[in-house]
Amino acid sequence: MSNGGGAGGNRDRGSSNGEGGGSGGVNGGNGLDIDGLIDDPATRIIVCCGSGGVGKTTTAAAIGLRAAERGRRTVVLTIDPARRLAQSMGLTELDNTPRPVKGAAGPDGPGELHAMMLDMKRTFDEVVLAHADPERARAILENPFYQSLSAGFAGTQEYMAMEKLGQLQATGEWDLIVVDTPPSRSALDFLDAPGRLGSFLDGKIIRVLMTPAKVGGRSAMKFLNVGMGLLTGTLGKIFGAQLLTDLQTFVAAMDSMFGGFRERAEGTYQLLKAQGTAFLVVAAPERDALREAAYFVDRLAADQMPLAGLVLNRVHGTGAPQLTAERAQAAAQALEESSAENGGDHGAGNGAGNGEQHGTAEGAGSGAEREARQGAAEALAAGLLRLHAERVEVMGREQRTRDRFVSVYPDVPLVEVPALAGDVHDLDGLRLIGRQLAGGSDR
Amino acid sequence: MPRTQQPGAAAAPTGAAEPGAASGGSDWEGVRLHVVSGKGGTGKTTLAAALALALAAEGRRTLLIEVEGRQGIAELFGSTALPYEERKIATVSPTKLGLPGRGTGEVFALAIDPEQALLEYLDMFYKLGRAGKALQKVGFVDFATTIAPGVRDVLLTGKACEAARRKAPDGRLVYDAVVMDAPPTGRLIRFLNVNSEVAGLARFGPIHSQAQAVMRVLKSPQTAVHLVTLLEEMPVQETVDGFTELREAGLPVGGVLVNMVRPPVLDAAAVAAAHGDHREEVALALVEAGLGGRSRSAATRRAAVEPLLDPLLAQAREHSERVTLEHEQRADLGTLLLPTYELPLLSGGVDLGGLYRLAGELKRQGAA
Repeated sequence: MSNGGGAGGNRDRGSSNGEGGGSGGVNGGNGLDIDGLIDDPATRIIVCCGSGGVGKTTTAAAIGLRAAERGRRTVVLTIDPARRLAQSMGLTELDNTPRPVKGAAGPDGPGELHAMMLDMKRTFDEVVLAHADPERARAILENPFYQSLSAGFAGTQEYMAMEKLGQLQATGEWDLIVVDTPPSRSALDFLDAPGRLGSFLDGKIIRVLMTPAKVGGRSAMKFLNVGMGLLTGTLGKIFGAQLLTDLQTFVAAMDSMFGGFRERAEGTYQLLKAQGTAFLVVAAPERDALREAAYFVDRLAADQMPLAGLVLNRVHGTGAPQLTAERAQAAAQALEESSAENGGDHGAGNGAGNGEQHGTAEGAGSGAEREARQGAAEALAAGLLRLHAERVEVMGREQRTRDRFVSVYPDVPLVEVPALAGDVHDLDGLRLIGRQLAGGSDR
Repeated sequence: MPRTQQPGAAAAPTGAAEPGAASGGSDWEGVRLHVVSGKGGTGKTTLAAALALALAAEGRRTLLIEVEGRQGIAELFGSTALPYEERKIATVSPTKLGLPGRGTGEVFALAIDPEQALLEYLDMFYKLGRAGKALQKVGFVDFATTIAPGVRDVLLTGKACEAARRKAPDGRLVYDAVVMDAPPTGRLIRFLNVNSEVAGLARFGPIHSQAQAVMRVLKSPQTAVHLVTLLEEMPVQETVDGFTELREAGLPVGGVLVNMVRPPVLDAAAVAAAHGDHREEVALALVEAGLGGRSRSAATRRAAVEPLLDPLLAQAREHSERVTLEHEQRADLGTLLLPTYELPLLSGGVDLGGLYRLAGELKRQGAA
């Protein structure tokens, strides 16, 4: 729904002013102060997470733009943006380096917006190059096992997104980093990445795999109470001898880097928990999306990650909340009956006919024509009322879904963003969303 | 909008059909593995479940597989979390779907747990015994299912192919069709193609042959990959991209399932008319409908509807914008020349009744 009528023009409820004209229900859900968050110089990282299809990337981009235009040197790290959203920020290719976004923030202001798309493979390569001597690095980069691992099997994206975040932060160049999270299976896999990597590296499997590569393999043998021959034999049987060799070469080559790897992963994890980081959970007012959001909120709390609040995207509103769905339906029905009597036998679903009818009736004055004209107007009004009833019903459902969430999580600050008819294509679209995120403030 | 079907354009199975139980003329006779994907948030799981119900309608048996560990199937059917075990989750008759015909079909469901699947797989192929336990002990299972590239996906696709081909002792297929609720389009090709990759990594040996066997099923006319979309820009774009990638990967494209379709109430022409010099007529119609209150004064009644006019017209404008946009999206989908099925938006979300309604709709339109 285009919000052409000005910012927040067709919003009658928003978290900032509580329950405007909705169907009542649970109160609570204190307002999420986005401007307060992005203006605070202590805020250095904002992580947007949420399930797929809720507008997570758009939210991240809008927040980044708003922060830049409010004077902060900002970078937005997106994972897999929709093409047109990427274009709206001038991103045309994956080059793994922040690029300035043209037209964002004034030339005089201190703020700047840069944006980048994550290139998983390149990020992984960079890590390898940073941690291994050239010869070893080449051995790793050429290993087929490494090549398929780095090209994006489930999990790699999560590791690399966090790795990139760590890198961006380490440069010290940015006032604020806004990061979008991968649309992964459980969408919070990135939190598990460091732990998983750690347990993997501590695991015996690594030592088992490395044993044949290290001549003698005496060190590992002692710690294991299983027959090494049996194990490597089995692995060979499963993988095939050649794959096992590739895998062993890979693990052996990576060996020197593992310490560094784990340190980095651990460092990023701590960074996420640190003061200055804020998580935003993004959702839509639908059952499934809010169920996922609830899961996120719990998970973040369990990991003691700082949750700033919930962004509820695509919320419907109306400028005429005083007209209930029931009244609109009843009035529409009355008009449709009357319209049929007046010869405007076009149902409300057939507006095109009505439109043409209007065109040809222009200036006509005879009784029959006037009646037809009136019938058409009635049909049209009935259509408007049906639409309104539909809208109010949608709002009621959204409100109930939202209230259920709020009643369980009354302390989670929340902001609602109105639904748009189409996707965002340009910076103006992002600006509009940024204003709505800030509760309609133009300041 | 009627579905469009271009003979030969889609990878619609021809000739491969087995003379199954009384078929209602499904577009996918002969397909045994239905892979359902689409952009996140389009209702993949719901439509995969509806398709499994529809395919079971005439006394058949289907298996609905979940691979993302979200327990979305259990959620849909209102059951407790599914174990790693094929269990019956619904019985279907044509009557339940609002269709003629008879026979009671069954839908089984399975949430694949990669760890269990790995152990089962290893046991099936290698008779590991003690070595299997040892592998578990050193963390191999953990390693393989979470870290090792692709193993997880190999297991998931492998399990689905195995179920689709499984035969009972009497030689008959255990399932007439298997429906897989697959990962979203963005990860789909990689997911389905993982076996090619693995076959490349392991150039010999049992993993190599297993991977190749799975690829053979996935690329055969026994498989169809359906894409779920909404009439919105991003999902349609993903569908178009997904289609191209599937074709390039040599994977059989199935149909397009357009979810949550809303009937147009008013079109652009009507809205334009309302904004022109017909604003006043609309206002009078609202008064006539009683929305101006009961005052005796016509002017008062007219004034009372004034605050409604702009919001109603704004909503109509938004609506017509959406209708126009949906029209464009339909046109884009039309260029794919695939069998297309439209499923209505069920207000208030999908409950069990809604699921059967969607299944009936799929069956009626020929998707099952």
